[in-house]
Amino acid sequence: MSENINKHETFTQAEYMVMKDDLLRPIEKVGKAGKIWIAFLVAVLLAGVVAYIIQETKSKYVTTSLRDYTMWGIYISNFLFMVAIGLVGVLMSAILKLTNFEWYRPLSRIAEVIAIGAIMFGGISIVVAMGRPDRLLNLLLHGRIQSPIIWDVIGITTDLTACIILLFIPLIPSLVTCKNHLKNLPKWQLKMYNMLSFGWQGTPEQWQILKKTMKTLTALVIPLGVLICTITAWLFATTLRAEWDSTNFGAYFVSNAFLLSVAVMTFATFVFRKAYNLEKYLTEMHFDKLGQAMVLMALIHGYFNINEYLIPAYKMSGLHENTLLNLFVGKEAGFYWSVVIFGIIVPFLLPLFPKMRKPLPLFIISIVVLIAGWFRLYLIVIPGLLHPYLPIQDVPASWTHYFPSAVEMTVVAATFAGVLLVVTLFSRYFPIISVWEVAEGELEGKEEIFNYK
Amino acid sequence: MEKENNNSSRRNFLKLGALGGIALAGTAIASAVTDESTKATGKKVKVLTADGKLVEIDSSLVDHHAANDDYSKEEIRQGIEGKKFIRVIDLGKCANERKCITGCQKAHNILAPVEYIKVKKMQNSPLESPYWFPTMCYHCDNPPCTKVCPVDATFKRSDGIVAMDYDRCIGCKFCIAACPYSARTFNFGRPEQVKFSEEHKNDTSDPNHCSTPYAQEGTVAKCDFCTDRSAQGLLPACVVECPNGAIYHGDELEDVVTNGEDTVRLKKLLADRAGYRQFEELGTKPRVYYLPPVKRDFPFEDATEAQNTKE
Repeated sequence: MSENINKHETFTQAEYMVMKDDLLRPIEKVGKAGKIWIAFLVAVLLAGVVAYIIQETKSKYVTTSLRDYTMWGIYISNFLFMVAIGLVGVLMSAILKLTNFEWYRPLSRIAEVIAIGAIMFGGISIVVAMGRPDRLLNLLLHGRIQSPIIWDVIGITTDLTACIILLFIPLIPSLVTCKNHLKNLPKWQLKMYNMLSFGWQGTPEQWQILKKTMKTLTALVIPLGVLICTITAWLFATTLRAEWDSTNFGAYFVSNAFLLSVAVMTFATFVFRKAYNLEKYLTEMHFDKLGQAMVLMALIHGYFNINEYLIPAYKMSGLHENTLLNLFVGKEAGFYWSVVIFGIIVPFLLPLFPKMRKPLPLFIISIVVLIAGWFRLYLIVIPGLLHPYLPIQDVPASWTHYFPSAVEMTVVAATFAGVLLVVTLFSRYFPIISVWEVAEGELEGKEEIFNYK
Repeated sequence: MEKENNNSSRRNFLKLGALGGIALAGTAIASAVTDESTKATGKKVKVLTADGKLVEIDSSLVDHHAANDDYSKEEIRQGIEGKKFIRVIDLGKCANERKCITGCQKAHNILAPVEYIKVKKMQNSPLESPYWFPTMCYHCDNPPCTKVCPVDATFKRSDGIVAMDYDRCIGCKFCIAACPYSARTFNFGRPEQVKFSEEHKNDTSDPNHCSTPYAQEGTVAKCDFCTDRSAQGLLPACVVECPNGAIYHGDELEDVVTNGEDTVRLKKLLADRAGYRQFEELGTKPRVYYLPPVKRDFPFEDATEAQNTKE
């Protein structure tokens, strides 16, 4: 108790000013490196748009490597990855918040913005994979609720909306802070802050409404996030193909998403910490905690991985043999075992050592885990398609294997650039770390926040 | 007061509607009657009446459908009444002469390597002998593909056919993933195919021509049991083209299948020859049965070269 009071006493208005200065600096001026970074992302995104236009105006048989057997290429596996990354908002913001893990405070907004970007570009990936995007409206006109695709459409739009509202509501006090604190900004930007803050006064009543809404939405996005991951797994589990016909698939996808969420959070925390000099707020403690979370999530995912692969492999039924042997000892073996090592064993083993939970080592581990995670989803989609029940015979060579074309790779690269651009631009116009939430954490006596506007 | 006014005007409107309706019905009847009495061609055709009598009537009384009549959207969704199409493939008769494949491609104006019907070399275990296995859409009674379609672009008809609405398909390819038999193909807009489709849009010269619509670019296509030919009582192209009579096509309700030469009782054939369905354990309930490759007409020759080598 006395500790709390001390903490309260040590956090003064003067310190709050410093905190505001620190956290709002990225909005005030964009350095040269920042501009180059944004230009680079825009360029990649535009390249993706051009590639997509080429794909749609020319024959897909020529511009993509998609064929009858591998008709879902990296567009779909990338969609799975985006949805998995999208769970970061749930894990690193909602769950930590509701379970009172105080270290969530500087992370939550970063997590939510990544989640929104990823889910948005996940949805875009699906449209890109469609044969007739011009008939998108048919989903509304002729939608059948029996189809998992319709579940996904409903789930993703609902989750995205909830995430955007959940991002926006705690942003309102921050917008007022921006408006009052940053005077050197262009007029339109200040006007935007003013408009979006909807006349926020910071009265106790308003705070109460804000807190209450936040709590409800936070509780809501957890089932929604888990739901879209699960539905995405069901896109596969509802088919009769042996390699996807698994009751374990929903849990397998969700555990994978949690692991990737920790990795992407680590990645983003490290980058923001370095790029915006936020060492004071994104501390080594955060990496320590993230490293521990990574171990836990890798363990859980490893558990589901054993259920998913080793138990069918023990039986080696005629239906599973085809695809499992291919993964374990066949053409895809090198690929598969690298994914197991770098995607599960590395994140489980290395962060056990405190030295590995320091920012730089954990950052490197997170990159490895993200790459392995992307390929894990690739290994679910592509080899699954290439091992149907009836043998593939007498087809052109290009039908029997899959390697993404330049157009496909450019479009996928553009979806990554898109997510990074959403996060970067957001951090340039809005405080990427919620000032009042961090201040509130410093205060402990929560009511005091009203004095810090 | 106003209410009454409203009521009376409504009543008037209804009266008008009723009168209009009678008038319309009258003209319809009149035109029907006059139509029947005009323009006798003098050409006589033989038709079978409902009670089984063969009568000769004027050809003008028979409604003609051109071979390439476009199917309307409603027509493609409705099954042919009183039919339940079914197929039996005698594996003992298949020598992989590929005539069914080329015949099908010709009838549907599709080019290799796309095949609605494929012939695969199967060997269940090393000690068992290999055999040729023609496979196509099985028009399952519990179709996994129609279940997952988000827009009802593929559906089960009352006559057993699993059909496609190419105008509605959004190209999500979920049905391809859902089909455990790899029966579905996707129109990726292969340039040769696009050119060929354009050139042969109105080409109905093939005697086995099937006039069900083409799969447009970006939609899913598959065997349709030659829907229009089945409707006219004609055999699908693959059945006609098979030189060995391996494919029996028919109607479950009639209990009859035919390969064009022999017409046999379906149930008896399946019972006598131990008919089975592929992957029965998947629960898809295919409408295509197989007769095991016993008492073969031909020895198995593996020397068949790869056909679809061209990209």
